[in-house]
Amino acid sequence: MNYFETDLVTLHKQLLTKEISAVELTEQTLKRIAATDEKLKAYILVTKEHALKQAAAIDAQGIDADNLLSGIPVAIKDNILTKDIVTTGASKMLKNYQPSYDATVVKKLTLAGAITIGKTNLDELAMGSTSETSAYQVTRNAWDQDKLPGGSSGGSGATVAGGQVIAALGSDTGGSVRQPASYNGIVGMKPSYGRVSRTGVIAFASSLDQVGPLTRNVHDNAAMLNVLAGFDAHDDASSHEVIPDFTAKLTAGVKGMKIGLPIEFMGSGVSEGVKTQILAAARQLEALGAHVEEISLPHVKYARSAWYVMSYAEAAINFANFDHNTSGYRTENLDILQDFYTTIRSEGLGENVKSCLMLGTLAVVPKNYHNLYHKAAQIRTLINRDFEQAFADYDLIIGPTTPVVAYGDNYQEPTQAEADMFDILVTPANFAGLPALSINAGFSEGLPVGLQIIGPRFNEERVYQAAYAFEQVSDLLKQHPNL
Amino acid sequence: MNFETTIGLEVHVEMKTNSKAFSPSPVAYGAEVNANTNVIDWGYPGVLPQANKGAIEFGMRAALALNAEITPETHWDRKNYFYPDNPKAYQITEHDNPIGRNGYLEIEVNGETKRIGIRELHVEEDAGKNTHNPNGYSYVDLNRQGTPLIEIVSEADITSPDEAYAYLEALRQTIQFTGISDVKMEEGSMRVDANLSVRPIGQKEFGVKTELKNLNSFNYVRKGLEFEAKRQVQVLLGGGEIKQETRRYDEATGTTILMRVKEGAEDYRYFPEPDLTPLTIDEAWIAKVQAELPESAKARRQRYVNELGIEAYDAEVITQTLEMSDFFDATVKAGAEAKRAANYLMGDVNAYMNDKKVELQNTDLTPANLAGMINLIEDGTISTKQAKKVFKAIMEGEEPVAYVEKNGLKQLSDPAILQPVIDGVLDANEQSIEDFKNGKDRAVGFLVGAIMKQTKGQANPNVVNELLMASLNAR
Repeated sequence: MNYFETDLVTLHKQLLTKEISAVELTEQTLKRIAATDEKLKAYILVTKEHALKQAAAIDAQGIDADNLLSGIPVAIKDNILTKDIVTTGASKMLKNYQPSYDATVVKKLTLAGAITIGKTNLDELAMGSTSETSAYQVTRNAWDQDKLPGGSSGGSGATVAGGQVIAALGSDTGGSVRQPASYNGIVGMKPSYGRVSRTGVIAFASSLDQVGPLTRNVHDNAAMLNVLAGFDAHDDASSHEVIPDFTAKLTAGVKGMKIGLPIEFMGSGVSEGVKTQILAAARQLEALGAHVEEISLPHVKYARSAWYVMSYAEAAINFANFDHNTSGYRTENLDILQDFYTTIRSEGLGENVKSCLMLGTLAVVPKNYHNLYHKAAQIRTLINRDFEQAFADYDLIIGPTTPVVAYGDNYQEPTQAEADMFDILVTPANFAGLPALSINAGFSEGLPVGLQIIGPRFNEERVYQAAYAFEQVSDLLKQHPNL
Repeated sequence: MNFETTIGLEVHVEMKTNSKAFSPSPVAYGAEVNANTNVIDWGYPGVLPQANKGAIEFGMRAALALNAEITPETHWDRKNYFYPDNPKAYQITEHDNPIGRNGYLEIEVNGETKRIGIRELHVEEDAGKNTHNPNGYSYVDLNRQGTPLIEIVSEADITSPDEAYAYLEALRQTIQFTGISDVKMEEGSMRVDANLSVRPIGQKEFGVKTELKNLNSFNYVRKGLEFEAKRQVQVLLGGGEIKQETRRYDEATGTTILMRVKEGAEDYRYFPEPDLTPLTIDEAWIAKVQAELPESAKARRQRYVNELGIEAYDAEVITQTLEMSDFFDATVKAGAEAKRAANYLMGDVNAYMNDKKVELQNTDLTPANLAGMINLIEDGTISTKQAKKVFKAIMEGEEPVAYVEKNGLKQLSDPAILQPVIDGVLDANEQSIEDFKNGKDRAVGFLVGAIMKQTKGQANPNVVNELLMASLNAR
């Protein structure tokens, strides 16, 4: 069994009619993972026993007819805490960390009857965009195992695209949900900042982090967000905004919508293959009745530098608690306390994380604060203003999610223009706290190209509406990797 | 050469909110080690701080009581440092926009009133406590971790250790009467760091300052500052120079000892706390807190003098502590005559507390019982002499009316009972009547004594006097 030919509504019906039980579905999912994860390496941990126990409990109490997720196995990115289930953040530092509590999103999923099938791989502590910096394994792209799945939610992207599960959780600080969704040809949503609780998510950059779902289709994604969204008194950034039924307006179409395509998103760093597909997608939306126009977001060109400064500065302090005093990796045979701390951090954290933390630390030392952190905060404000102005005239903004399609391990260092483009495309939505989704818009070099749709803050509905309209007229859903 | 001293004080006050500044753990002194902690206090991965609005309001109370301006737009900052008593490795504080600015406090030294500026007040969280056991292990208790603090930074307006002492007294009193803290140095709910510099009189710029730590009582603050001022003057007179350093007051020797030399400003890499949203304090909120601000010590003193006829000095004594002042108010409210209530509290009650070394709240005395006893005195039921016994009893929690009843302490005021006694005493003491007629007043005293003896001290002296004089004049 795989999840290529099905969706949440179908599975829910099968569970309700007892065509299949939650335990059977879980067993088949475990079987599928066992058969394919040698190739994908999507999971750091498959929680077999826990999942079967959860499934048996669901079967015992009966499938909840009001909950699409009742009895459905889902995968959780391993920087999201699961009570009593080791949560590593793909770092050696947290190798044996067994959280004493569930992240709020995990609580919500469990309450809805979802089954935690396993913990997916990521770049160490979510810092990265290839899933290579994991301390445990390198996840492979579902379409071509010679290619990388993107990151940091690479495991979640690959497992959904590879038909191992129907849905997975990712987290997105600077594209970490959307980018693996793009490289793996699936749907990934980064909701508005404040829409989904951050409680129990190992913080990377607190002012940018947001949990989001990865699914094969738009409806399933919206259904997942229905469960995840909501105010959380434990998260100060959590919003009191009304939570709509995100599936309610899916079929409303894009007729009459004004959609902006920023010229900055189609710059020289974007490959011709990607550009072609994005322009085709724009024409597709026009054919559906939307007006797509070129616009400008003049300050997004600074997004890359600003994002690195701000996110690394926050990360440098967020990870300062990893010292084994309360959690984390422990080294042996060290008598001197100072050496103990130095060594556990040197050994427990990977090279990429360490260099990020060094840069982040330097960004807030007094002599650099004004030129680095403060400047980054100013750029953030300017980017926010760009969006405010754009959304005064346009309903949505579109562009590529990634400048290129998935690449392999021996990729060439990108040119500056290409490197900039990666971050110009995804980080502005994090800066401005906007909902942004990636959906497959076709193929280039045999690999998926992601179309990104960005909406005004707390208007995930409109983003889903356009994504759904686009999905209905493409035959992309029918395609899946041979795995 | 003559020198003048400049002192600035940084005072940390623990605020007694129900829960911690950024976590729902309870705030309480003296709990079992690590009992008042949760995952947030432990800084586990994935936890987020939750700003306690109560801590902000208490901070506003302090700022308003110290005549400071409230900052309308503020945000939290992270102060980053590594220490095991602080598991997150940063302290949440108000670095950029303290909750209050430009306040002042009036102090009185040698009969003169002086205004000491308060540069800023900011709300922040306390750290936990490390203890270092001789067995080689160190222990961390995070009960205190996250307790809200208000840090009150004075201007360098203080020019002597005596002024510093007076400032601290006034500050302690002001804060205590806002109800936000017990302000007890001995329990660590009030902590003082001092900066001191000296300069030759007439010199414009300040001298290099040193910072004093380990000042565990107001007296030690005064002594430490006295020593440090002398030390600095001696160094300068000896041709040396003062280094910017942190010194520790040593209680045993009364001296200050070098802890560390400060080289450049400490680098805490402050930046805005990204987990918490900025805070807007509007006029309505300020007005609400202002309206809820409990009556200040000064206002209470004025009320005592103007409305209750208490002497200014006595009002001063009663308002030394919030506890005493509250007790006094409650006693008066329970119907006691105010002056007598004040006298009892300042006299017998205070003596009892000093003798037993207990706080008022830890005695069994209640305002109702004190008022009850005072009323028995006022209405002549008992004499002040009998009241001594009753006082002892009410300090043990006895109800005065019942006690008096039970022990037959009632004063004899009924003329129908007293007159026969007086007549009998007069009949037996013809000589005294003679003496009285001859103008010897002492005879009256003798007769009263005899009457009191006959009534076992229970006769109401006022009534006895009245009846006796009438009887004497009639003979």
